[in-house]
Amino acid sequence: MQRIIKNDQVVDESWHLLPKDATLDGLSNCDDLIVPLALWREHAHALKARDGGLGVWLDADEQIEEIAEDLAHFKVIALNFPAFTDGRHYSSARLLRERYGYKDEIRAIGDVLRDQLFLMRRCGFDAFAVRADRDPYDALEGLKDFSVTYQAAADDPRPLFLRRG
Amino acid sequence: MYVYDQYDQHIIEDRVRQFRDQTRRYLAGELSGEEFRPLRLQNGLYIQRYAPMLRVAVPYGLLSSRQLRKLAEIARNYDKGYAHISTRQNVQFNWPELEDVPDILAELATVQMHAIQTSGNCIRNTTTDQFAGVARDELIDPRPWCEIIRQWSTFHPEFAFLPRKFKIAVNGAVSDRAAIEVHDIGLEAVQNAAGELGFRVSVGGGLGRTPIVGSFINEFLPWKHLLTYLDAILRVYNRYGRRDNKFKARIKILVKALTPEVFAERVEAEWAHLKDGPATLTEAEVERVSRFFIDPAYKALEDQDAALAALDAEHPGFARWRSRNVVAHKKPGYAAVTLSLKPTGVAPGDITDKQLDAVAELADRYCFGEVRNSHEQNIILADVEQSQLFTLWNELRELGLAVPNVGLLTDMICCPGGDFCSLANAKSIPIAESIQRRFDDLDYLFDIGELDLNISGCMNACGHHHVGHIGILGVDKKGAEFYQVSLGGSAGRNASLGQILGPSFAQDAMPDVIEKIIAVYVERRSEDEQFLDTFRRVGLDPFKERVYAANH
Repeated sequence: MQRIIKNDQVVDESWHLLPKDATLDGLSNCDDLIVPLALWREHAHALKARDGGLGVWLDADEQIEEIAEDLAHFKVIALNFPAFTDGRHYSSARLLRERYGYKDEIRAIGDVLRDQLFLMRRCGFDAFAVRADRDPYDALEGLKDFSVTYQAAADDPRPLFLRRG
Repeated sequence: MYVYDQYDQHIIEDRVRQFRDQTRRYLAGELSGEEFRPLRLQNGLYIQRYAPMLRVAVPYGLLSSRQLRKLAEIARNYDKGYAHISTRQNVQFNWPELEDVPDILAELATVQMHAIQTSGNCIRNTTTDQFAGVARDELIDPRPWCEIIRQWSTFHPEFAFLPRKFKIAVNGAVSDRAAIEVHDIGLEAVQNAAGELGFRVSVGGGLGRTPIVGSFINEFLPWKHLLTYLDAILRVYNRYGRRDNKFKARIKILVKALTPEVFAERVEAEWAHLKDGPATLTEAEVERVSRFFIDPAYKALEDQDAALAALDAEHPGFARWRSRNVVAHKKPGYAAVTLSLKPTGVAPGDITDKQLDAVAELADRYCFGEVRNSHEQNIILADVEQSQLFTLWNELRELGLAVPNVGLLTDMICCPGGDFCSLANAKSIPIAESIQRRFDDLDYLFDIGELDLNISGCMNACGHHHVGHIGILGVDKKGAEFYQVSLGGSAGRNASLGQILGPSFAQDAMPDVIEKIIAVYVERRSEDEQFLDTFRRVGLDPFKERVYAANH
C-alpha cells in the first residue's frame, strides 16, 4: 500500500488514482476514487451516483476553471506534476484555496519531491503523494525548510510586512 | 542601504541550511544530477566548462564596504583571487569547489548576502540605475521599490518554477540607465497629474534569441497596487507561458502571441481578483523600507568648478578621467565616480581580491562605506566630495581603476564567453581585448566619443549585444568560432535592437572590422553627433559597403 503525506504526517493511502484513459467499465461502486478530468467531464452524473468517495485529478495543462462549479462534489483534488520543474499547478492550488474557497484535500501527484514540498504547502497543497521511489518520511523534512516567509499565500494571507514585529 | 532585521536574516540562514543539505544529498547520490540542477541553479550555481560558477546576488547593485571585504575574502579563500561583476549587477566566482559552496553561502550570510534566485527559471535579481538616489535627473528613488520587489520575489512560493527566467528592472530618472524596456517587466516610477506616485509598466522585453523591446501595458499603476499587479502578471505567465520549447518560453513570446493588448486584458482580469487584497502595499511598509535609503549625512558644500578646472589644466589625465568617469551629483560639492573595470588586458568586469579590499577602503574614506555595481560591469563610488576627486584619482590610478574610458568604445559589456561558459559558441574576452588593443590611443577614443560595444559569446545574449551601438555575437560556423556584427542597438529610452551588418567574421578580422565601422562614423558624423545618431541618420549601407568592400 502506498503511503502519502497528509497534514504533515505519513499515512496509508486508501484512495485509488485512476489512469488518464480510465472508463466507467468495471468501476468499483464503493472504493474511494480519484478520477481523471476527462472521465468527470463525460460521466459526472454516474460518478456522483456512486457510493464511494470521489476525487478528480488534473494534468498540468488542465485548468481548474473547468471544475470550478463542481468543487462541492470532490473530497480530493489531485494536481499532477509531470516534472517537478513544471510550476503551473502552484497557481492552480492557490486559486482553489484563495479564489474558489475549496476546503478539502489538495494533493500533489506525479514528480513530487522533498525540495518542493514547502512551497507547495504554502500554495495550498495539504497532501503529497511523494514519488514512489522516494521515502515519504525523508520528504517530510522538506516541510521544515523555512521558518519565515515574505509573501501572502494560501497558508497565510498576510505578507510579512503586515506581520513584522 | 537596506539592513536586514531578524526576519530577513532568518530566511537567508534557513537557505544556507537547506542548500547545505541539498548539496550533501547530491554528493551522497540521494539526489540525481537532474534533480539537483534546478536546486543549485536557484542558488546561482552553474557547472561551467572547468569548475562551478557561483553567482552571488547584489540586490540592485548596492554593496557595503563590509560586504566588499567579504567578497574579497571569498575570492582569496575559495577562488583564484578574483571575482567578476555581471551584467545584472551581481558578483560571480568562477572557480569554487561544489563542496565549498555551502560554506561560502554561510560566509555570505554573515554580511547579509546570498545567492538566492541568481539563476534558474524564477524571478531574478531586480536591477536599477547605478546612480539611483544621487542622479540629478532622478524623479523618484527606485531603490525602496527594488527592495520591496526583492522581498516579494524571494522564495515566492507560486513562482519558483516558471517557464523560464524572469527579470525585472526599475527606473526613476529621466534617462533610463536601467534598460527597463529590454526586461520581462520594466517599471518606471512616475507621478500623475495629482502628484501621486505610480508606475508605468512594460512587459515582454528581453534579449536572448528573440530580442524584443517591451510593450507598456499600464500607464499608471498606483504604488500600493504594485505587488498585486506583479502577482497578476506572473500568474498569467506561469499558467499560460509556453513550456514545450525553452526557446519560446520567455514571457515576451506569450505577450507577442496574445498581442500586448490581449495580454494586458488577461492581467487586468486576474488583477481584478487580487487588487486591494492583503498583499496591497501599505504606507507603513513603504516608509519602513524607504528609511534605509534616505540621504547620507551630506555636508553643505559648494561646487568646485574653478578648482577642478585648474587641476584639469595642470593634469590632462585628470581632466580626461573627470570628463568620462565622473558625473554630476544632486548635491552641490559632490560627484559620482565610476571605477572602470575595463583596462586593456583584463577581462571586462573582473576585479581582484586586493582591488576589492582597496575599493572597500576607498568607500569607507570617500563614500559613506557604500558602492554600486553597474550593469555595464563597473563599480561606482556615488557620493564623493568634489574637493577630494584629485586625491581619489591618484589612489585609483595606483589600483588600476582609473582608466578614463567609461561610456567609450573600450568600456565594453562582455560575457565570460567560451573561456568559461559551457553554453558559449565562441570566446568573447579575447575579442574584447583585441579591440581594446587596437583602440589604445586615448585621443582617438575620446574623439570617437560615447559608444556602447557589447559582446556575447552566444545567442543567449548575456553580453547584451542586441542593444550595443555596436554588437558582437559569437556564432558557431561548422565548428569554427565566428563573429556576427550588428549596429544601432540601444538600451536607453526608446530602446532599439541592432541590425545585423552581414556575414560573420573570423576572430582575427574583428579589430579591422570595428576600425572600418568607426572610420565610416568619423567621416560621416556631423559635429558632435554620437555614433548612434549618425547610424540612425545614415543607416546600415555605408557601413556595410566599407566593411565588406575590403574582402574583394
